[in-house]
Amino acid sequence: MKKSSIIGIIVIAIALAIIISSAGDASSYVTFGEAREMAESGSTSKIHVVGELKKDVQGQVVGVNPSADRTSVSFVMVDDNGKEQTVFLDDPMPTDLLRSEKVVVVGAYKDDMFVADKVLLKCPSKYEETAL
Amino acid sequence: MIHTGIGNAGHLFVIVSFVTSLLAAFAYFKASNSNEIGDQPWIKFARVTFYIHAVAIVGIVVSLFTIIYNHYFEYHYAWSHSSSTLPVYYMISSFWEGQEGSFLLWLFWHVVLGLVIIRTNKKWEAPVMTVFATVQAFLASMILGVVFGDIKLGSSPFMLMREVSSDPRYLINPDFVELDGTGLNPVLQNYWMVIHPPTLFLGFATTLVPFSYCIAGLWRRDFKDWIRPALPWAIFSALVLGVGILMGAYWAYETLNFGGYWNWDPVENAVYVPWLILIAAIHTMITFKKSATALKTSIILVISSFVLILYSTFLTRSGILGDASVHSFTDLGLSGQLLIYLFFFVAISIFICVRVWKDLPTSDKEASTYSREFWIFIGALTLVLMAFQVIVPTSFPVFNEIIELFGGISNIAPPANQVEFYSQWQLWFAIGIALLSGTGQFFFWNKMDKEKLIKAITPPIIISLLVAAIIFVIAKIYNPVYILILTAGTYSIVANSHILINLLRSKSYKLTGGSIAHIGIAMMLIGIMFSEGYSKPISLGTMTIKFELSDEDNSTNLILFLNEPKYMDRYEVVYRNELVKSSDVNGYVRKSMLDDSEDPFYKIVKQPIIKEGKVLANKGDTIYLSNPENTYYQIDFTDRFSGEEFTLYPRVQQNPSMGGGSMHSPDIRKEWNRDIYTYLSFTTLLEEDIDWGEKEEVELRVGDRFFVNDYVAEFKNLERIDKVNFIDLGPNDVAVKASIVIYGEENTEYLAEPLYIIKNNLVRRPPEVIKELASKITLESINPDKNTMTFGINTTQKDLIIIKALEKPHINVLWIGTFVMVVGFVIALRRRYIEFMRMRDKGLG
Repeated sequence: MKKSSIIGIIVIAIALAIIISSAGDASSYVTFGEAREMAESGSTSKIHVVGELKKDVQGQVVGVNPSADRTSVSFVMVDDNGKEQTVFLDDPMPTDLLRSEKVVVVGAYKDDMFVADKVLLKCPSKYEETAL
Repeated sequence: MIHTGIGNAGHLFVIVSFVTSLLAAFAYFKASNSNEIGDQPWIKFARVTFYIHAVAIVGIVVSLFTIIYNHYFEYHYAWSHSSSTLPVYYMISSFWEGQEGSFLLWLFWHVVLGLVIIRTNKKWEAPVMTVFATVQAFLASMILGVVFGDIKLGSSPFMLMREVSSDPRYLINPDFVELDGTGLNPVLQNYWMVIHPPTLFLGFATTLVPFSYCIAGLWRRDFKDWIRPALPWAIFSALVLGVGILMGAYWAYETLNFGGYWNWDPVENAVYVPWLILIAAIHTMITFKKSATALKTSIILVISSFVLILYSTFLTRSGILGDASVHSFTDLGLSGQLLIYLFFFVAISIFICVRVWKDLPTSDKEASTYSREFWIFIGALTLVLMAFQVIVPTSFPVFNEIIELFGGISNIAPPANQVEFYSQWQLWFAIGIALLSGTGQFFFWNKMDKEKLIKAITPPIIISLLVAAIIFVIAKIYNPVYILILTAGTYSIVANSHILINLLRSKSYKLTGGSIAHIGIAMMLIGIMFSEGYSKPISLGTMTIKFELSDEDNSTNLILFLNEPKYMDRYEVVYRNELVKSSDVNGYVRKSMLDDSEDPFYKIVKQPIIKEGKVLANKGDTIYLSNPENTYYQIDFTDRFSGEEFTLYPRVQQNPSMGGGSMHSPDIRKEWNRDIYTYLSFTTLLEEDIDWGEKEEVELRVGDRFFVNDYVAEFKNLERIDKVNFIDLGPNDVAVKASIVIYGEENTEYLAEPLYIIKNNLVRRPPEVIKELASKITLESINPDKNTMTFGINTTQKDLIIIKALEKPHINVLWIGTFVMVVGFVIALRRRYIEFMRMRDKGLG
C-alpha cells in the first residue's frame, strides 16, 4: 500500500473519531420533562434547560434558598413548558440570580432534584430598557 | 444643538469609500488582464482611486472619532459607546466597541496594507490589489447604511438618535440631545482593550495578503512565484494574530472569573482555528520549492485561513451564537450581508482553483519518509485536524440553524464541560506537534537516512528523557498523560535548542527563527500543562453545611467574616475592608467613609481620609471616582512560615451595560513559580440583598453611649441641615441629621448619620447602613418633650465574603514561551522578507 493511502486512511479515521466524539459529547437543549425521562431511562449525560425563576403574582421571585453558610443554593425554575423544578447549585448564589430574566442551567437529574454544574444568566440589556 | 455636519461628512466618506473601492477593483482588474506593470494607464487610474479610497477611510475614522471625542450624544454611536466622563484612551476603545467601529478598524488596516503593497510590489500590484479592493467594497458595504426599498445595506455609525430611537422625546422635540452617553462597557475599561482589538484586527487584515497573492497567482497562472512574496506576509499575519489572541486570553484571565485564560468559548475558537491553519500554511509554503504536492496543499491552506476568518466574522457578528457564547456582538441585521461576503469568496476561490487545478505542477514521486517535506506535511495535517476538532462543535449553532432552515428540529448544545471536551483532544494533537517540531528540524539539514537520523536524534532524546524525569519527580507529576506532554515538550525544547546551538556556532543567525519559535511553542505547551492541569483550588472551606446532594465534602469556597483570620494554604487570610478607588486620595478608600452625592462619580467624604500621616481629604470634601461601579475587597495574606505579607484586592463590578449585572474579577498574586488567583464568589453588594433582623429601639440624648451590634457607640450631636442629596427641600420642609460614632475593631471609627426629613408634611427616615458592623441605624422620632431621640437599630449576620482562590503553577512558563515564540517569528519574518526583496529587485518579485 502506498504511504499516502495509509496517511489518508489515518486522517479519515481521526476525522471520523472527532465527529463521533463531538456528536457524543454534545449536550442538548431540553425541557425538564424530557430531562426527567432521560434520567429515568438511565442517561446521566448533562443537558441544558432554558427557563426563568418562579415568580409570585406580584412578580417577586420565590423559592430561592441559599444554604445556611451560603456556599450553595437551591431555587425553583420554570422551563419553557411551564414545568416547575427545584434546582440545586453547589456554589454560592450567583449575584445576579434574582435580577435575571432568563436562566440556563447545565446539569442532570439526581433523584427529584436537578443538580446544576453551571448556571448561566441573561440579564435585561440596557438597550431594551432605553427603548430602542 | 444637533451637529449634523460631521455626520453627513462621515456618511459621505463612507459612500465615497464604497464607490472608490469598486472603481479601484475594476481598474486593477483591467490592469491585470492587460498585464500592466508600473505607470501604465489603468494602474495609474486604479492607484488614484485607491488613494481617494484611503483618504475617505481616514475621513470616516476622523469623523467618527470627532463625534465621540466631542461628546455629540445626538449620535447613537457616541451615546451607546461613550460618555462624557470617559478618559481619552477609553474613547479609543469605545471607537471599536461597536460592530460598525470594528469594521472601520478592519477597513483601516486593509488600507494601510494596501498602500504598503502598492509601494513594495511591481508585477503583483494589479492582481493583488484587485482582490484587496473587492474585499474593501464588501467591508465598506457593511457600514454603508443605505436603504434601497426594503433592503438595508449596512449599518452606518453616523445615525442620529432621533433616527434610531423610538423614544417619544425625539418625536416631541427632534433637537433633543441626551445629556450623557451610556458609556463604554466597564468590563472593557481595561488597558488590554485599548490594544487587543487593533492587534487582532491587524491579524485578521493580514490574512488577506497571502490570500490575495494566492488568488493572483492562480488567476494569472503564475502558479509558483506567488509564494515568495506571500510567505513573509503569512508569517507576519500568524505573528500578529497569535499575539492578538494571547492578549485577549490575558485580558480574560485578569478580568473574567472562569478561572483561566482560555475557556474554549466560540468567540475564542473562531480565531484559534484560522491561526492553526495559517501556521500549517506557513510550513507547507516553506517546503514548496522542493515538493509539488506542497504547492496544492499551500493553496488550499492559504485560502482556508482567509475563508475561516470570514466564517469567524460571520459567527461572531450574525447573532447566530446566541446562547452559546457570552461575548459575541449584538445582531445588527447584517447576517445576510455577511453570508454573501463569505459565499462570494468561497465561490471565487473554488472557481479559480477548479479552473487551473489540473494545470498545477504535480509529482508522482512520493516524498521519502526521511525528507523534511514528508514530516512537515504530517505536521500540517496534525494542525488541520486540530483545527477541525475545534470547528465542528463550535459550529453546532450553525448546524441547528441549517437543519431548521430545512424544516427539521435540532437542539444540539455545546458540550456541558467544554474545557474538558476540547482539552482531551487538543492535548494529544499538541503532543504530536511537539514531537514533530522537535524531529522535523533535523531534516532541514542534509539528506537523511535511517542511521543518520538515529544518530542525530539519540542525544536529544536521552537528554530530554532525563530532564523530563527530573522535572516530574520534583514536581510530583503522576498523571501519565501529563508525563507524556512534559516529555514531548522537553524533547521539542532540547532538539530545537540543539539545532539552535549549531546555527549559532555556524553564525547563521538569520536561520534561527524556526527553532526559536518551536522552543517558544513547546514552552507554552508545558506552561499550559502545569497551569491548567495542576490548577487547584486552595480556598478549601472545612466543614460546611450542605444539602445532602453535594458530592464533595469540602467546599472550594472559603467564607471570610470581616476581620476574622482564616487559614488557607500557606497563608493566614483576613478580609479587611470594602473599598473604592479614587485618584484624589491616592488609591483605595473605605466605602463606608464616603456618602453618595447626586452625581455617581463624586462622593462626599464623611470622615477625614488619612494615609501615612497625611490628610488627603477632610470631612465634607468631594472626591472623584473614575469608576464608581467598581468595589474592591481588601484581603490581607500573611505567610505562616516566612511571615511575608501581601494584600489582594479582588474586584466586583456592577455593570450597567450588562443590565446591572455584576462581574467578579480576580486579583492575582504573581510569584516566580505560580500565580494565586483570587476572586469573590459571593458578596452582599446591594443593600436589598441583606436580610435585616428585628428592629430594636433605643431612646437617647446627645452624648449618650450605647451599643450597636455589641460595638460601643456614641450619639455625638444632632443638627439641622438645609441640603439633602436626592431631595429638594422646600421652605416649609425640615431635615435633621444625627451623628453617631461607633468604635469598631482594630481601632476603626465608623460614622453613622441617619436623617429625619419632613417634606410636604410627610416624614422620611433615610437610615444609615454600616456594612462592616452589620448594622442599620434609623432616626425614628424626635421627642421634644423629653429632649430625646429614638433610634432604630437593625442588625444582620456579620459582614462576610466568600472567596475562591486557585493556584496556577508555572504559568510564567507560558508567558515566557509566548515571548520566545514572538522572537522566533520576527527572525523568520525578517529572513523571508529579505529573500523577497532580493528577488523583486532582480525583477522577479
